[in-house]
Amino acid sequence: MKVLVIGTGNEQCGDDAIGPLVARRVQALHLPGVEVHAGDFDPLSLIDLWKDAGAVILIDAMSSGRAPGTIERFEAHARALPSGPFPARHASTHSMGVPEAIELSRALRQLPGRFIVYGVEGRNFSPGSPLSPEVDPAMDRVVEQLLADLGRP
Amino acid sequence: MQPRTTKTKKINKTVKVDELPRVEGEGSLYLNIVANEVKEVKLKIYEPPRFFEGLLRGRKYSEAPDITSRICGICPVAYQMSSVHAMESIFGVKVEGQLRELRRLIYCGEWIESHSLHVYLLHAPDFLGYPDAIRMAGDHGPAVLRGLRLKKLGNRIMEILGGREVHPINVRVGGFYRVPRKQELEPLKEELKWAIDASLETVRLTAGFDFPDFKQDYEFVALRHPSEYPLNEGRLVSNKGLDIPAGEWENHFIEEQVEHSNALHGLRKDGSTYFVGPNARYSLNFDRLTPLAQQAAREAGLEAVCCNAFQSPVIRAVELVYACQEALRIIEGYEPPEKPTVDYTVRAGVGSGCTEAPRGILYHRYRLNERGEIMDARIVPPTAQNLPRMEEDLREFAPGHMDEKLDLLTLHCEQLVRNYDPCISCATHFLKVDIQRS
Repeated sequence: MKVLVIGTGNEQCGDDAIGPLVARRVQALHLPGVEVHAGDFDPLSLIDLWKDAGAVILIDAMSSGRAPGTIERFEAHARALPSGPFPARHASTHSMGVPEAIELSRALRQLPGRFIVYGVEGRNFSPGSPLSPEVDPAMDRVVEQLLADLGRP
Repeated sequence: MQPRTTKTKKINKTVKVDELPRVEGEGSLYLNIVANEVKEVKLKIYEPPRFFEGLLRGRKYSEAPDITSRICGICPVAYQMSSVHAMESIFGVKVEGQLRELRRLIYCGEWIESHSLHVYLLHAPDFLGYPDAIRMAGDHGPAVLRGLRLKKLGNRIMEILGGREVHPINVRVGGFYRVPRKQELEPLKEELKWAIDASLETVRLTAGFDFPDFKQDYEFVALRHPSEYPLNEGRLVSNKGLDIPAGEWENHFIEEQVEHSNALHGLRKDGSTYFVGPNARYSLNFDRLTPLAQQAAREAGLEAVCCNAFQSPVIRAVELVYACQEALRIIEGYEPPEKPTVDYTVRAGVGSGCTEAPRGILYHRYRLNERGEIMDARIVPPTAQNLPRMEEDLREFAPGHMDEKLDLLTLHCEQLVRNYDPCISCATHFLKVDIQRS
């Protein structure tokens, strides 16, 4: 059963780097049986990437007006992810957001049996900005929680 | 049902869609009917302009394909092709043989990726009665999966030829930085054979849609080539007598700035509207399609000319059949050329390139100095050329539908806009800024 950890976001855009940075921290642990992907993924390619996986943990930056560094854990099989905190990158439907990709995957009956999303609140998403200092400790906490999800100490 | 009265009901309606869904980019639609007359139609394009023609000045000719491809994430190859052809016309070189075939191949990849996405995810929901593709996917899973698999194939072709799916990096003036080995293209053959069948399924699917009977006397404008269905090369023709070298675009067309749009409006020099894209290409080049594509079109109920913009998904599906067959033909005949690029000498001059993006003709013109630096640039995307025609369609369409309930009229208007598969992101790349100081 393939286990995927996917961190998605644009590393050039401030706190949008959260997803790929968390994924790289997981990658550095070299967990056996876990396939890690870090990048700025087009949600339609994500659907294709995870379709044969048994379990997916996806990490993405959130923008919901809460304190930067706030972590929220979502179980995609419990309910649909809210769109608000995870806006599509552009206003076109050629690139949907993560919540829409999950719903499309679900509608196509391809959503992996276990699907967890970690959202980490960012503050600044402008191109060229550095990572906000508040998010760094949050990223470590996500890695800890994610390891617990995977049943690893 | 109410009995008809002898007095005509006065209809006052306003169709307002603040953010047009299922189009690429940000725009809104405003249509005002007062006392049974269409008073105002506006496609308000508020996506911010990005001034590409300005930022190209001073850059090297070789950067044009990479910079302009950033105008669009869906049709980057079109920008690369129009720009390299423009530079090559300045340097007096032609790219022939296998390199020319490889250019057609990567362009086929883009058509496949763009058309399949538009037909299945953006347009089909309108015809099948769903507000979006996600809800459509629940009931039409196999069809949506087919569309996604076609899109993936198109992207794969672009990745193998271009080095990367989005904004390919391998296209250059003179050819490519690297050409593929035969073995790299082999794995695409089986998938393309599947894709030809999948495209025929797509024609059958779209042929079954309910099309409003809305025909207009369009001036279709497209490239026309002596033997090929047009991608990179050809003369610029129309069904109303235009037949010019593509480089003379500026003698016959203008771009106008309108207040409600950050995108310019393309018009003929006499101020009339025109129509570029699949309907235009098809209607001007039916005889250049493969026999299989022609047959599929006929079986779908199309004639050689299609004046109903609502039938555009069928035309896109027919172009999918063509693009998949053409891609397979090129791969089966491929022999790697000795060099990935032809030699050329940089020189000053003015030159243009006009190629068929998935949405229609994309015209580039550049002026270079003797060091090959860009002095000025002009880029005219297909969607900007279609915008006034889209507004005119809305103006012509509304009267026959004004007694529909507002929800239905609004959906029909949106659907009409989606006929053109507009790429608003492309259309807003340029805005002329006039600053007046007192």
